[in-house]
Amino acid sequence: MNTIENVSRRHFLEGVFTAGAFVLASRVVPRSVWAQTPAVRTNADMAALNPSVYLGIQPDGTVFIVTHRSEMGTGIRTSLPMVAADELDADWKRVRIEQGIGDTRYGDQNTDGSRSIRDFYEAFRQAGASARAMLVSAAAAQWNVPASECTTQNHEVVHQASGRRLAYGALVPAAAKLPVPKAGEVQFKPKSAWKLVGQETSTYDQQDIVTGKAQFGLDVFREGMVHASIEHPPVLGGTVKSLNDKGALAVKGVQQTVTLDTFKPPHLFQPLGGVAVIASSTWAAMQGRKQLKIDWNDTPHGGFESEAFKKQLIQTVNQPAKVARNLGNVDAEFGKGGKVLEATYYTPLAAHASMEPPAAVADVRDGKATVWAPTQNPQAVQDAVSAVLGIDKKDVICHVTLLGGAFGRKSKPDYAAEAAVLSKQLGKPVKVVWTREDDIRFDYYHTTAAVYHKASVDGRGRPTAWLHRSAFPPIASTFAPGAREPLGFELDLGLVDLPYDVPNIRAENGPADAHVRIGWFRAVSNNFHAFAAHSFADEMAKAAGRDSLEFLLDLLGPGKVLDLKSQGVDYSNYGAPYDKYPIDTRRLRRVLEVAGERSGWGKRKPGNGWGMGIAAHRSFNTYVASVVEVEVSAAGVVRVPRIDQVVDAGVIVNPDRVRSQMEGAAVMAVGLARTGEITAAGGRIRQSNFNDFRVARMNDAPYQVNVHFVESDALPTGVGEPGLPPVLAALGNAIHAATGRRVRELPLTSQKLS
Amino acid sequence: MVNFTVNGRAQGFEGDEEMPLLWFLRDDLRLTGTRFGCGAGLCGACTVHIDGVAVRSCQTPLRTLQSKRVVTIEGLSPDGRHPVQRAWVSHDVAQCGYCQAGQIMQAASLLTRTPSPSDQDIDRAMAGNICRCGTYQRIRAAIKDAAKERA
Repeated sequence: MNTIENVSRRHFLEGVFTAGAFVLASRVVPRSVWAQTPAVRTNADMAALNPSVYLGIQPDGTVFIVTHRSEMGTGIRTSLPMVAADELDADWKRVRIEQGIGDTRYGDQNTDGSRSIRDFYEAFRQAGASARAMLVSAAAAQWNVPASECTTQNHEVVHQASGRRLAYGALVPAAAKLPVPKAGEVQFKPKSAWKLVGQETSTYDQQDIVTGKAQFGLDVFREGMVHASIEHPPVLGGTVKSLNDKGALAVKGVQQTVTLDTFKPPHLFQPLGGVAVIASSTWAAMQGRKQLKIDWNDTPHGGFESEAFKKQLIQTVNQPAKVARNLGNVDAEFGKGGKVLEATYYTPLAAHASMEPPAAVADVRDGKATVWAPTQNPQAVQDAVSAVLGIDKKDVICHVTLLGGAFGRKSKPDYAAEAAVLSKQLGKPVKVVWTREDDIRFDYYHTTAAVYHKASVDGRGRPTAWLHRSAFPPIASTFAPGAREPLGFELDLGLVDLPYDVPNIRAENGPADAHVRIGWFRAVSNNFHAFAAHSFADEMAKAAGRDSLEFLLDLLGPGKVLDLKSQGVDYSNYGAPYDKYPIDTRRLRRVLEVAGERSGWGKRKPGNGWGMGIAAHRSFNTYVASVVEVEVSAAGVVRVPRIDQVVDAGVIVNPDRVRSQMEGAAVMAVGLARTGEITAAGGRIRQSNFNDFRVARMNDAPYQVNVHFVESDALPTGVGEPGLPPVLAALGNAIHAATGRRVRELPLTSQKLS
Repeated sequence: MVNFTVNGRAQGFEGDEEMPLLWFLRDDLRLTGTRFGCGAGLCGACTVHIDGVAVRSCQTPLRTLQSKRVVTIEGLSPDGRHPVQRAWVSHDVAQCGYCQAGQIMQAASLLTRTPSPSDQDIDRAMAGNICRCGTYQRIRAAIKDAAKERA
């Protein structure tokens, strides 16, 4: 990853939203391709029948399925194995799930972009179907009947005509001698024969979680391990000017301090630098750290002041900028002198704040590194560790623990690189644990943004021209020093894909400097783009005195597949091929219609502190409509009694986990909208813990989130992120319905609502 | 020397008695079900029972534990089938699961004192336990189910 110099959009997409050629190729890779011995063999690898890197079966009938994607709460560790087990016709109770280490043989492992099911659905079907075909062939040979006369049922091959049955386990030795079928040689089960996919399925780790046995990154202990707590430079890129560690060394249990090199730009996923206190326990390391006396050399980022920055950002977004999409001619339409609406929206920086702070254990010896980390991307851990140690990637083994939340933060393995640097220097295993304060102050933040909208409208309030423009410190800055313009994909998330049926549309984007690390956060730039666009749509509806839902349906028109290419947009579509996963506004219409039916839309007159708001947004190839109900007290306190989420994500593998993602996204959105704000003074982040970076709690979360599915046979698409963006706009729209006050800025605490 | 019990077993601690119980449980006893979330009593991930009452172990110095009974998630029930744990499983409450041991310990303590809690009781008791995945709705439903089962 240190080799990224020229961040072309294409190059970057391969890294961040892969799903490119490699993943497609790796979906159906026969075993023989894997000439090299894996660094760590899984039970699936060692099983007698092993037709896929993802699956193996033992003669006792135990089925091992490898999940190579990280479990951070989406349920992917259960859902992907369900897909393979269903094609295998396996007895789910006899499936054992194991977590893959970082290894390119699994294909892409960067568990972000809500694409694990989308990209690996077919690969896991293939794994299960291949094994099933081999077991059927083995049974057919033994019975001396055509394979076509044999079927499978609950871990057995069945010959209906003769009533004979053979258990999978008994067939394993014979099946293992057969060639593994190639892609296209096996048939997948028809939907009518699915037994697991589409069924409510309890997650594999649920019992371990409720008994405290589940192992997260913080729970890794190695023989001879020491603990490290690191004081990072308060300003991005800062270095240690002078250090007095006498007080730290006097703390019982503290062994030494280590000054860490600050990264050379771009910061990528490199360690931030600072001073590590090494101790025999976590507590001693943290106590020692409090006694450090450090003078820092700041960088120009020390001039970062959030309030001034916000003003600048709003100024930028109110000036013409680089065109990212152009349809028709908005200027000509605006020149006609009709009625015009305009609005500027603003959202602040925000922190991921996963409940488990960043943590990792590294053991570096003999030029090789072994890392245990709660990471969304073990291959990126390999890259980051090999780069910082100057060793080969193949000499880095990354074990993936469960992740105590991640939301994008744990795709960036800086904390694992820290552990590796320290372990190499100390010659023993090291555990690095970030405090909550470290996590809040040194995140790869969800960026701050300003978004401007302007529309001319006709007699019915329908836009005839729509100009919109965003400006935000881009994720690009993490990969190229000083980058002020986003990578293309950052605009593809909610800016250039505005779905409304308007004859003249122009999307623009202005530059902004990043003074802290910027990264991807659940739903990424969709959040502010969707908040602004769908709030503005509601402003248009209200300005015309029309019902918001009726207006949105009118705005979408009859529905069609958008042709962005002809409008100058090279749309990355979340890394998915556009012909298979197009923007189909008919599906957006449908989720809105269902949302109207299921939420009780329009049945009660809004006002006097009560109201409902609606918005729909496509992201991660999935269509979600949200209806938010609010009560706003005389003091301006917003309560959310109910949210309805309507989802069209194509085929649903595990409905209960899709539901839980939509519930959680609604809660996170409300928390973010209400209080989610990170600010800086003198380049230093002001917030530090859950007292000043406030997230949703039981008493202020939405009381009830109802999730409704649109039945679909379309290819399965993302569910981890798309539930968030439309809630932000629907919430603001609901507050307007309740109070007449328009929310153009988040968080809500920044303004008066009473 | 501070003497107390953890999940029924006698423990004696000699050392920095200002160290919070959390780190003794995790680093010394390797009872890692009790989680570190904030170190400041703000999130509830480290919740354990001390003499039957839910307490933040990150804010509990070892010196305060003389003769106390500490119960962690690992000791809540012998077989992992406490009514609250069963309710959590039947509602598939957990997403990432990191905060859930603390949530369960808090909920179990609530039900001991308030056997059939109202929504307001639940809000009051559980507001100190953060779930960043946003599982609150299921936590509430699971608490109500567990209450019914205990009744």
